[in-house]
Amino acid sequence: MFKRVFILGMLLLAGIYMTGCGRGKTSITLAGSTAFQPFAEKLAEQFMTKNPNVNVTVQGGGSAVGIQSASSGAAQIGMADLVTLPEEAKGLTSTVVAKDGIAIVVSPKNKVNNLTTDQVRDIFNGKIVNWKEVGGDDVPITVVSREAGSGTRSSFEQILTNITLKKDALIQDSNGTIRETVANDANSVGYLSHGLINEKIKAIKIDDVECTSEMIIA
Amino acid sequence: MKLVGEKGVQRILMITALSAISSLLLIALFIFSEGLPFIFKYGAGNFLLANEWDPNTGHFGIFPMIMSSVWVTLGAMVVGAPLGIAGAIFLSEYASPIIMKIVKPTIELLAAIPSVVYGFIGVMVLAPVIRNNLGGPGLSLLAGCIILGIMILPTVISISIDSILAVPRSYREGSLALGATTWQTTHMVTIKAARSGIVASIILGLGRAIGETMAVIMVAGNSVNIPNSALDSVRTLTANIALEMSYATGMHREALFATGVILFIIIMILNSIASVAIRNRNAKK
Repeated sequence: MFKRVFILGMLLLAGIYMTGCGRGKTSITLAGSTAFQPFAEKLAEQFMTKNPNVNVTVQGGGSAVGIQSASSGAAQIGMADLVTLPEEAKGLTSTVVAKDGIAIVVSPKNKVNNLTTDQVRDIFNGKIVNWKEVGGDDVPITVVSREAGSGTRSSFEQILTNITLKKDALIQDSNGTIRETVANDANSVGYLSHGLINEKIKAIKIDDVECTSEMIIA
Repeated sequence: MKLVGEKGVQRILMITALSAISSLLLIALFIFSEGLPFIFKYGAGNFLLANEWDPNTGHFGIFPMIMSSVWVTLGAMVVGAPLGIAGAIFLSEYASPIIMKIVKPTIELLAAIPSVVYGFIGVMVLAPVIRNNLGGPGLSLLAGCIILGIMILPTVISISIDSILAVPRSYREGSLALGATTWQTTHMVTIKAARSGIVASIILGLGRAIGETMAVIMVAGNSVNIPNSALDSVRTLTANIALEMSYATGMHREALFATGVILFIIIMILNSIASVAIRNRNAKK
Protein backbone atom coordinates (compact mmCIF):
# COMPACT_ATOMS: atom_id res chain seq x y z
CA MET A 1 0.00 0.00 0.00
CA PHE A 2 1.24 3.43 -0.87
CA LYS A 3 0.12 6.73 0.52
CA ARG A 4 -0.67 9.97 -1.17
CA VAL A 5 -2.57 13.07 -0.19
CA PHE A 6 -5.28 15.21 -1.66
CA ILE A 7 -4.30 18.80 -1.83
CA LEU A 8 -6.58 21.71 -2.45
CA GLY A 9 -4.79 24.60 -4.06
CA MET A 10 -6.73 27.60 -2.82
CA LEU A 11 -7.19 31.11 -3.85
CA LEU A 12 -8.77 32.41 -0.68
CA LEU A 13 -11.58 34.90 -0.21
CA ALA A 14 -10.13 37.34 -2.72
CA GLY A 15 -11.02 34.88 -5.45
CA ILE A 16 -14.64 34.54 -4.43
CA TYR A 17 -16.66 36.89 -6.53
CA MET A 18 -20.25 37.92 -7.00
CA THR A 19 -21.91 36.65 -10.12
CA GLY A 20 -23.90 39.09 -12.18
CA CYS A 21 -27.03 37.04 -12.59
CA GLY A 22 -26.92 35.28 -9.22
CA ARG A 23 -29.08 37.88 -7.46
CA GLY A 24 -26.50 38.47 -4.74
CA LYS A 25 -25.63 34.77 -4.45
CA THR A 26 -21.95 34.06 -3.92
CA SER A 27 -20.51 31.46 -6.23
CA ILE A 28 -17.55 29.18 -5.64
CA THR A 29 -16.12 26.88 -8.31
CA LEU A 30 -13.99 23.84 -7.58
CA ALA A 31 -12.14 22.07 -10.37
CA GLY A 32 -9.59 19.30 -10.70
CA SER A 33 -8.91 15.76 -9.52
CA THR A 34 -11.53 13.26 -10.60
CA ALA A 35 -10.48 11.02 -7.70
CA PHE A 36 -11.54 13.67 -5.20
CA GLN A 37 -14.54 14.92 -7.18
CA PRO A 38 -17.20 12.63 -5.59
CA PHE A 39 -16.12 13.71 -2.10
CA ALA A 40 -16.03 17.36 -3.11
CA GLU A 41 -19.58 17.07 -4.45
CA LYS A 42 -20.79 15.64 -1.14
CA LEU A 43 -19.01 18.41 0.77
CA ALA A 44 -20.46 21.04 -1.56
CA GLU A 45 -24.01 19.77 -0.92
CA GLN A 46 -23.49 19.95 2.83
CA PHE A 47 -22.00 23.40 2.54
CA MET A 48 -24.87 24.68 0.41
CA THR A 49 -27.57 23.44 2.79
CA LYS A 50 -25.85 25.31 5.60
CA ASN A 51 -25.13 28.41 3.52
CA PRO A 52 -28.11 28.81 1.19
CA ASN A 53 -26.81 32.02 -0.37
CA VAL A 54 -23.61 30.37 -1.64
CA ASN A 55 -23.60 28.37 -4.83
CA VAL A 56 -20.81 25.76 -5.11
CA THR A 57 -19.99 24.17 -8.46
CA VAL A 58 -17.71 21.12 -8.64
CA GLN A 59 -15.97 20.28 -11.89
CA GLY A 60 -13.59 17.45 -12.79
CA GLY A 61 -10.86 17.63 -15.40
CA GLY A 62 -7.90 16.08 -13.59
CA SER A 63 -5.23 17.32 -11.21
CA ALA A 64 -3.38 19.32 -13.86
CA VAL A 65 -6.58 21.15 -14.79
CA GLY A 66 -7.21 21.82 -11.08
CA ILE A 67 -3.89 23.57 -10.61
CA GLN A 68 -4.19 25.37 -13.92
CA SER A 69 -7.66 26.73 -13.25
CA ALA A 70 -6.81 27.83 -9.70
CA SER A 71 -3.78 29.71 -11.09
CA SER A 72 -5.74 31.33 -13.89
CA GLY A 73 -8.70 32.15 -11.66
CA ALA A 74 -11.15 30.05 -13.66
CA ALA A 75 -11.85 28.21 -10.41
CA GLN A 76 -11.49 29.56 -6.89
CA ILE A 77 -10.39 26.20 -5.54
CA GLY A 78 -8.29 23.72 -7.47
CA MET A 79 -8.19 20.07 -6.44
CA ALA A 80 -5.14 17.88 -6.97
CA ASP A 81 -4.25 14.39 -5.83
CA LEU A 82 -0.49 14.34 -5.87
CA VAL A 83 2.36 13.47 -3.55
CA THR A 84 4.12 16.76 -4.20
CA LEU A 85 2.75 19.76 -6.03
CA PRO A 86 4.40 20.75 -9.32
CA GLU A 87 6.18 24.05 -10.09
CA GLU A 88 3.07 25.72 -11.47
CA ALA A 89 1.33 25.54 -8.09
CA LYS A 90 3.95 27.67 -6.28
CA GLY A 91 1.83 30.82 -6.19
CA LEU A 92 -1.15 29.04 -4.63
CA THR A 93 -2.01 28.38 -1.00
CA SER A 94 -2.34 24.66 -0.45
CA THR A 95 -4.22 22.74 2.21
CA VAL A 96 -4.16 18.98 2.71
CA VAL A 97 -7.75 17.79 3.08
CA ALA A 98 -7.53 14.03 2.75
CA LYS A 99 -5.15 11.12 2.50
CA ASP A 100 -5.59 8.23 0.15
CA GLY A 101 -3.78 4.98 -0.46
CA ILE A 102 -2.90 3.49 -3.82
CA ALA A 103 -3.48 -0.23 -3.73
CA ILE A 104 -1.84 -2.81 -5.98
CA VAL A 105 -4.68 -5.01 -7.16
CA VAL A 106 -4.95 -8.40 -8.83
CA SER A 107 -7.75 -10.79 -9.66
CA PRO A 108 -9.07 -12.77 -6.66
CA LYS A 109 -8.07 -15.92 -8.60
CA ASN A 110 -4.41 -14.92 -8.30
CA LYS A 111 -2.47 -16.88 -5.64
CA VAL A 112 -0.02 -14.03 -4.91
CA ASN A 113 -0.89 -12.14 -1.71
CA ASN A 114 2.25 -10.20 -0.95
CA LEU A 115 4.90 -8.37 -3.00
CA THR A 116 7.89 -6.27 -2.06
CA THR A 117 8.28 -2.71 -3.32
CA ASP A 118 11.16 -3.90 -5.52
CA GLN A 119 9.02 -6.64 -7.03
CA VAL A 120 6.24 -4.15 -7.83
CA ARG A 121 8.77 -1.85 -9.47
CA ASP A 122 10.24 -4.72 -11.53
CA ILE A 123 6.78 -5.87 -12.63
CA PHE A 124 5.85 -2.39 -13.87
CA ASN A 125 9.34 -1.90 -15.37
CA GLY A 126 8.98 -5.16 -17.25
CA LYS A 127 11.82 -7.04 -15.55
CA ILE A 128 9.48 -9.56 -13.96
CA VAL A 129 7.17 -10.92 -16.64
CA ASN A 130 5.82 -14.16 -15.16
CA TRP A 131 3.82 -14.69 -11.97
CA LYS A 132 5.97 -17.71 -11.05
CA GLU A 133 8.90 -15.35 -10.38
CA VAL A 134 6.96 -13.87 -7.46
CA GLY A 135 5.38 -17.07 -6.18
CA GLY A 136 2.34 -17.40 -8.43
CA ASP A 137 1.31 -19.68 -11.28
CA ASP A 138 3.38 -20.07 -14.45
CA VAL A 139 1.48 -17.46 -16.47
CA PRO A 140 2.59 -14.16 -18.01
CA ILE A 141 1.83 -10.95 -16.12
CA THR A 142 -0.45 -8.41 -17.81
CA VAL A 143 0.41 -4.97 -16.47
CA VAL A 144 -2.41 -2.40 -16.41
CA SER A 145 -1.62 1.26 -15.85
CA ARG A 146 -3.21 4.70 -16.06
CA GLU A 147 -2.50 7.14 -18.91
CA ALA A 148 0.30 9.71 -18.83
CA GLY A 149 -0.76 12.77 -16.85
CA SER A 150 -3.07 10.94 -14.47
CA GLY A 151 -2.67 12.01 -10.82
CA THR A 152 -2.86 8.42 -9.63
CA ARG A 153 -0.14 7.40 -12.08
CA SER A 154 2.23 10.23 -11.22
CA SER A 155 1.74 9.56 -7.48
CA PHE A 156 2.37 5.88 -8.07
CA GLU A 157 5.55 6.59 -10.03
CA GLN A 158 6.79 9.14 -7.49
CA ILE A 159 6.31 6.73 -4.60
CA LEU A 160 7.94 3.77 -6.33
CA THR A 161 10.75 5.89 -7.87
CA ASN A 162 12.87 4.84 -10.86
CA ILE A 163 9.98 3.52 -12.83
CA THR A 164 9.78 3.38 -16.60
CA LEU A 165 6.51 1.73 -17.42
CA LYS A 166 7.02 -1.19 -19.77
CA LYS A 167 6.01 -0.61 -23.36
CA ASP A 168 3.32 -3.22 -23.69
CA ALA A 169 1.44 -2.35 -20.51
CA LEU A 170 -2.28 -1.90 -21.07
CA ILE A 171 -3.47 1.66 -20.50
CA GLN A 172 -6.91 2.42 -19.06
CA ASP A 173 -8.22 5.92 -18.52
CA SER A 174 -9.97 5.71 -15.15
CA ASN A 175 -9.91 3.93 -11.82
CA GLY A 176 -13.15 2.20 -12.80
CA THR A 177 -11.84 0.72 -16.05
CA ILE A 178 -8.64 -0.41 -14.27
CA ARG A 179 -10.87 -2.28 -11.83
CA GLU A 180 -12.91 -3.91 -14.62
CA THR A 181 -9.82 -4.93 -16.58
CA VAL A 182 -8.13 -6.46 -13.54
CA ALA A 183 -11.34 -8.20 -12.45
CA ASN A 184 -11.76 -9.76 -15.90
CA ASP A 185 -8.19 -10.90 -16.45
CA ALA A 186 -6.81 -13.41 -13.93
CA ASN A 187 -3.20 -12.67 -15.00
CA SER A 188 -3.30 -8.91 -14.67
CA VAL A 189 -2.03 -6.46 -12.09
CA GLY A 190 -2.97 -2.80 -11.71
CA TYR A 191 -3.13 0.01 -9.17
CA LEU A 192 -5.98 2.22 -8.06
CA SER A 193 -7.31 4.42 -5.31
CA HIS A 194 -7.88 2.47 -2.08
CA GLY A 195 -11.48 3.67 -1.84
CA LEU A 196 -12.46 1.88 -5.06
CA ILE A 197 -11.54 -1.65 -4.07
CA ASN A 198 -14.48 -4.05 -4.16
CA GLU A 199 -15.09 -7.80 -3.98
CA LYS A 200 -14.25 -8.34 -7.67
CA ILE A 201 -10.57 -7.53 -7.15
CA LYS A 202 -7.98 -8.29 -4.49
CA ALA A 203 -5.59 -5.74 -2.99
CA ILE A 204 -2.25 -7.31 -2.18
CA LYS A 205 0.06 -6.56 0.72
CA ILE A 206 3.19 -4.54 -0.03
CA ASP A 207 6.17 -5.41 2.17
CA ASP A 208 3.62 -7.22 4.39
CA VAL A 209 1.58 -4.04 4.86
CA GLU A 210 -2.12 -4.45 4.20
CA CYS A 211 -4.11 -1.73 2.46
CA THR A 212 -6.58 -0.52 5.09
CA SER A 213 -7.85 2.90 6.11
CA GLU A 214 -5.99 2.59 9.44
CA MET A 215 -2.68 2.10 7.68
CA ILE A 216 -3.22 5.09 5.40
CA ILE A 217 -3.89 7.38 8.34
CA ALA A 218 -0.89 6.04 10.30
CA MET B 1 -50.41 35.20 -44.04
CA LYS B 2 -47.02 34.81 -45.56
CA LEU B 3 -44.14 35.11 -43.08
CA VAL B 4 -41.28 34.75 -45.51
CA GLY B 5 -41.38 34.91 -49.26
CA GLU B 6 -39.66 32.65 -51.81
CA LYS B 7 -36.49 34.74 -51.55
CA GLY B 8 -36.57 34.55 -47.76
CA VAL B 9 -36.81 30.75 -47.77
CA GLN B 10 -33.91 30.57 -50.18
CA ARG B 11 -31.77 32.76 -47.93
CA ILE B 12 -32.60 30.83 -44.77
CA LEU B 13 -31.74 27.54 -46.46
CA MET B 14 -28.51 28.98 -47.79
CA ILE B 15 -27.44 30.20 -44.35
CA THR B 16 -28.22 26.79 -42.89
CA ALA B 17 -26.20 25.06 -45.58
CA LEU B 18 -23.28 27.44 -45.15
CA SER B 19 -23.23 26.91 -41.39
CA ALA B 20 -22.36 23.25 -41.96
CA ILE B 21 -19.47 24.18 -44.22
CA SER B 22 -18.27 26.96 -41.95
CA SER B 23 -18.19 24.66 -38.96
CA LEU B 24 -15.94 22.33 -40.96
CA LEU B 25 -13.72 25.27 -41.82
CA LEU B 26 -13.63 26.40 -38.19
CA ILE B 27 -12.68 22.91 -37.01
CA ALA B 28 -9.92 22.70 -39.61
CA LEU B 29 -8.65 26.18 -38.75
CA PHE B 30 -8.66 25.46 -35.03
CA ILE B 31 -6.89 22.11 -35.26
CA PHE B 32 -4.27 23.41 -37.67
CA SER B 33 -3.58 26.60 -35.73
CA GLU B 34 -3.15 24.63 -32.50
CA GLY B 35 -1.25 21.70 -33.96
CA LEU B 36 0.92 23.00 -36.80
CA PRO B 37 3.20 25.27 -34.67
CA PHE B 38 4.08 22.21 -32.61
CA ILE B 39 4.97 20.17 -35.68
CA PHE B 40 7.31 22.93 -36.91
CA LYS B 41 8.82 23.44 -33.46
CA TYR B 42 9.37 19.75 -32.74
CA GLY B 43 10.22 18.75 -36.29
CA ALA B 44 7.90 16.78 -38.55
CA GLY B 45 10.43 13.94 -38.84
CA ASN B 46 10.84 13.61 -35.08
CA PHE B 47 7.11 13.77 -34.56
CA LEU B 48 6.07 11.32 -37.27
CA LEU B 49 8.91 8.81 -37.22
CA ALA B 50 10.18 8.57 -33.63
CA ASN B 51 9.12 5.57 -31.58
CA GLU B 52 9.00 7.08 -28.14
CA TRP B 53 5.88 8.72 -26.70
CA ASP B 54 6.50 9.88 -23.15
CA PRO B 55 4.99 13.32 -22.52
CA ASN B 56 6.51 13.54 -19.03
CA THR B 57 10.04 13.51 -20.43
CA GLY B 58 9.20 15.50 -23.55
CA HIS B 59 9.21 12.68 -26.09
CA PHE B 60 6.45 12.97 -28.66
CA GLY B 61 6.95 10.32 -31.35
CA ILE B 62 3.68 9.11 -32.84
CA PHE B 63 5.08 6.47 -35.21
CA PRO B 64 3.77 3.56 -33.08
CA MET B 65 0.31 5.14 -33.11
CA ILE B 66 0.38 5.68 -36.87
CA MET B 67 1.37 2.03 -37.38
CA SER B 68 -1.31 0.89 -34.93
CA SER B 69 -3.97 2.93 -36.72
CA VAL B 70 -2.85 1.46 -40.04
CA TRP B 71 -2.91 -2.12 -38.73
CA VAL B 72 -6.24 -1.75 -36.94
CA THR B 73 -7.80 -0.23 -40.05
CA LEU B 74 -6.36 -2.84 -42.43
CA GLY B 75 -7.45 -5.60 -40.07
CA ALA B 76 -10.95 -4.15 -39.91
CA MET B 77 -10.98 -4.20 -43.72
CA VAL B 78 -9.93 -7.86 -43.80
CA VAL B 79 -12.83 -8.67 -41.47
CA GLY B 80 -15.42 -6.23 -42.76
CA ALA B 81 -14.90 -5.87 -46.53
CA PRO B 82 -15.42 -9.53 -47.62
CA LEU B 83 -18.41 -9.90 -45.30
CA GLY B 84 -19.87 -6.62 -46.44
CA ILE B 85 -19.40 -7.18 -50.17
CA ALA B 86 -20.64 -10.78 -50.00
CA GLY B 87 -23.67 -9.58 -48.05
CA ALA B 88 -24.35 -6.85 -50.61
CA ILE B 89 -24.08 -9.30 -53.53
CA PHE B 90 -26.39 -11.77 -51.83
CA LEU B 91 -28.98 -9.15 -50.99
CA SER B 92 -28.99 -7.46 -54.38
CA GLU B 93 -28.60 -10.45 -56.73
CA TYR B 94 -29.87 -13.56 -54.93
CA ALA B 95 -32.23 -12.62 -52.11
CA SER B 96 -35.94 -12.23 -52.71
CA PRO B 97 -37.31 -8.70 -52.32
CA ILE B 98 -38.98 -9.68 -49.04
CA ILE B 99 -35.67 -10.77 -47.49
CA MET B 100 -34.06 -7.59 -48.81
CA LYS B 101 -36.79 -5.54 -47.15
CA ILE B 102 -36.15 -7.21 -43.80
CA VAL B 103 -32.38 -7.59 -43.86
CA LYS B 104 -31.26 -4.23 -45.24
CA PRO B 105 -32.90 -2.07 -42.55
CA THR B 106 -31.60 -4.49 -39.92
CA ILE B 107 -28.05 -3.99 -41.17
CA GLU B 108 -28.54 -0.25 -41.24
CA LEU B 109 -29.64 -0.50 -37.62
CA LEU B 110 -26.09 -1.67 -36.85
CA ALA B 111 -24.94 1.83 -37.71
CA ALA B 112 -27.26 3.28 -35.09
CA ILE B 113 -25.74 1.30 -32.21
CA PRO B 114 -23.48 3.61 -30.20
CA SER B 115 -19.80 2.71 -30.42
CA VAL B 116 -19.53 2.43 -26.64
CA VAL B 117 -21.90 -0.54 -26.85
CA TYR B 118 -19.64 -2.25 -29.40
CA GLY B 119 -16.72 -1.54 -27.08
CA PHE B 120 -18.58 -2.99 -24.12
CA ILE B 121 -19.37 -6.19 -25.99
CA GLY B 122 -15.74 -6.35 -27.09
CA VAL B 123 -14.49 -6.05 -23.51
CA MET B 124 -17.02 -8.43 -22.00
CA VAL B 125 -17.29 -11.11 -24.69
CA LEU B 126 -14.53 -10.88 -27.29
CA ALA B 127 -11.50 -10.07 -25.12
CA PRO B 128 -11.98 -13.04 -22.74
CA VAL B 129 -12.47 -15.38 -25.74
CA ILE B 130 -9.19 -14.18 -27.29
CA ARG B 131 -7.34 -14.30 -23.95
CA ASN B 132 -8.50 -17.83 -23.11
CA ASN B 133 -8.04 -19.35 -26.57
CA LEU B 134 -5.14 -17.50 -28.13
CA GLY B 135 -3.28 -16.00 -25.17
CA GLY B 136 -2.07 -12.45 -24.61
CA PRO B 137 -3.98 -9.84 -22.65
CA GLY B 138 -7.14 -10.18 -24.77
CA LEU B 139 -7.45 -6.42 -25.20
CA SER B 140 -5.55 -6.42 -28.45
CA LEU B 141 -5.13 -5.48 -32.09
CA LEU B 142 -7.20 -8.54 -33.06
CA ALA B 143 -10.11 -7.50 -30.81
CA GLY B 144 -9.98 -4.01 -32.30
CA CYS B 145 -10.00 -5.36 -35.87
CA ILE B 146 -12.99 -7.63 -35.28
CA ILE B 147 -15.08 -4.97 -33.51
CA LEU B 148 -14.25 -2.34 -36.15
CA GLY B 149 -14.86 -4.87 -38.93
CA ILE B 150 -18.41 -5.29 -37.66
CA MET B 151 -18.86 -1.56 -37.18
CA ILE B 152 -18.03 -0.76 -40.82
CA LEU B 153 -20.43 -3.40 -42.21
CA PRO B 154 -23.42 -1.04 -42.57
CA THR B 155 -21.32 1.48 -44.53
CA VAL B 156 -19.85 -1.14 -46.86
CA ILE B 157 -23.12 -3.02 -47.39
CA SER B 158 -25.45 -0.12 -48.03
CA ILE B 159 -23.16 1.74 -50.45
CA SER B 160 -22.25 -1.51 -52.27
CA ILE B 161 -25.93 -2.45 -52.62
CA ASP B 162 -26.74 0.98 -54.03
CA SER B 163 -23.97 0.75 -56.59
CA ILE B 164 -24.83 -2.84 -57.59
CA LEU B 165 -28.51 -1.92 -58.01
CA ALA B 166 -27.45 1.07 -60.11
CA VAL B 167 -26.03 -1.29 -62.77
CA PRO B 168 -28.54 -1.20 -65.66
CA ARG B 169 -30.82 -4.23 -65.91
CA SER B 170 -29.88 -4.59 -69.58
CA TYR B 171 -26.29 -5.62 -68.64
CA ARG B 172 -27.59 -8.57 -66.64
CA GLU B 173 -30.16 -9.52 -69.29
CA GLY B 174 -27.49 -9.43 -72.00
CA SER B 175 -25.23 -11.70 -70.01
CA LEU B 176 -28.00 -14.14 -69.10
CA ALA B 177 -29.12 -14.25 -72.73
CA LEU B 178 -25.61 -15.35 -73.71
CA GLY B 179 -26.08 -18.40 -71.47
CA ALA B 180 -24.16 -17.24 -68.39
CA THR B 181 -25.34 -18.44 -64.96
CA THR B 182 -26.40 -15.94 -62.27
CA TRP B 183 -23.00 -16.23 -60.54
CA GLN B 184 -21.10 -15.78 -63.81
CA THR B 185 -23.22 -12.73 -64.57
CA THR B 186 -22.67 -11.37 -61.08
CA HIS B 187 -18.90 -11.66 -60.91
CA MET B 188 -18.11 -11.03 -64.56
CA VAL B 189 -20.60 -8.30 -65.40
CA THR B 190 -22.45 -6.75 -62.47
CA ILE B 191 -19.55 -6.50 -60.01
CA LYS B 192 -17.25 -5.15 -62.73
CA ALA B 193 -19.77 -2.46 -63.62
CA ALA B 194 -20.32 -1.55 -59.98
CA ARG B 195 -16.61 -1.71 -59.11
CA SER B 196 -15.99 1.96 -58.42
CA GLY B 197 -18.99 2.15 -56.08
CA ILE B 198 -17.75 -0.90 -54.18
CA VAL B 199 -14.29 0.64 -53.92
CA ALA B 200 -15.88 3.84 -52.59
CA SER B 201 -17.80 1.84 -49.98
CA ILE B 202 -14.57 0.26 -48.77
CA ILE B 203 -12.80 3.59 -48.59
CA LEU B 204 -15.64 5.17 -46.62
CA GLY B 205 -15.46 2.14 -44.34
CA LEU B 206 -11.72 2.80 -43.96
CA GLY B 207 -12.48 6.37 -42.97
CA ARG B 208 -14.93 5.21 -40.36
CA ALA B 209 -12.53 2.61 -38.98
CA ILE B 210 -9.58 5.00 -38.71
CA GLY B 211 -11.72 7.65 -37.02
CA GLU B 212 -13.43 5.38 -34.51
CA THR B 213 -12.37 6.17 -30.95
CA MET B 214 -14.48 4.90 -28.10
CA ALA B 215 -14.74 1.25 -29.14
CA VAL B 216 -11.02 1.12 -29.89
CA ILE B 217 -10.03 2.63 -26.53
CA MET B 218 -12.13 0.00 -24.82
CA VAL B 219 -10.89 -3.08 -26.69
CA ALA B 220 -7.35 -2.38 -27.91
CA GLY B 221 -5.52 -2.01 -24.59
CA ASN B 222 -3.88 1.33 -25.49
CA SER B 223 -0.20 0.60 -24.97
CA VAL B 224 2.10 2.74 -27.12
CA ASN B 225 3.65 -0.07 -29.05
CA ILE B 226 4.31 -1.13 -32.63
CA PRO B 227 2.47 -4.46 -32.66
CA ASN B 228 4.52 -7.61 -33.31
CA SER B 229 1.48 -9.84 -33.43
CA ALA B 230 -2.29 -9.53 -33.61
CA LEU B 231 -2.45 -10.34 -29.89
CA ASP B 232 -0.44 -7.28 -28.84
CA SER B 233 -2.10 -4.27 -27.33
CA VAL B 234 -2.09 -1.12 -29.49
CA ARG B 235 -3.02 2.56 -29.27
CA THR B 236 -4.45 4.34 -32.30
CA LEU B 237 -4.12 8.05 -33.12
CA THR B 238 -7.71 8.74 -32.06
CA ALA B 239 -7.32 6.84 -28.80
CA ASN B 240 -4.17 8.81 -28.01
CA ILE B 241 -6.02 12.11 -28.26
CA ALA B 242 -9.05 10.98 -26.29
CA LEU B 243 -7.06 9.29 -23.51
CA GLU B 244 -4.70 12.11 -22.70
CA MET B 245 -6.61 15.27 -23.60
CA SER B 246 -8.21 15.77 -20.21
CA TYR B 247 -4.85 15.89 -18.45
CA ALA B 248 -2.61 17.44 -21.04
CA THR B 249 -1.10 20.90 -20.67
CA GLY B 250 1.55 22.88 -22.56
CA MET B 251 3.63 20.94 -25.09
CA HIS B 252 1.70 17.76 -24.39
CA ARG B 253 -1.58 19.43 -25.34
CA GLU B 254 -0.07 20.87 -28.53
CA ALA B 255 1.27 17.41 -29.40
CA LEU B 256 -2.25 15.99 -29.13
CA PHE B 257 -3.56 18.70 -31.46
CA ALA B 258 -0.73 17.85 -33.84
CA THR B 259 -1.90 14.22 -33.68
CA GLY B 260 -5.30 15.57 -34.68
CA VAL B 261 -3.74 17.35 -37.66
CA ILE B 262 -2.23 14.08 -38.91
CA LEU B 263 -5.54 12.28 -38.45
CA PHE B 264 -7.41 15.07 -40.22
CA ILE B 265 -5.05 14.87 -43.21
CA ILE B 266 -5.36 11.06 -43.43
CA ILE B 267 -9.17 11.22 -43.34
CA MET B 268 -9.28 14.06 -45.89
CA ILE B 269 -7.17 11.98 -48.29
CA LEU B 270 -9.36 8.91 -47.83
CA ASN B 271 -12.58 10.86 -48.33
CA SER B 272 -11.24 12.56 -51.46
CA ILE B 273 -10.34 9.18 -52.95
CA ALA B 274 -13.84 7.93 -52.12
CA SER B 275 -15.57 10.89 -53.70
CA VAL B 276 -13.47 10.55 -56.86
CA ALA B 277 -14.45 6.87 -57.00
CA ILE B 278 -18.14 7.73 -56.58
CA ARG B 279 -17.91 10.41 -59.26
CA ASN B 280 -16.40 7.85 -61.64
CA ARG B 281 -19.35 5.58 -61.03
CA ASN B 282 -21.80 8.34 -61.80
CA ALA B 283 -19.89 9.36 -64.91
CA LYS B 284 -20.14 5.85 -66.34
CA LYS B 285 -23.91 5.70 -66.15
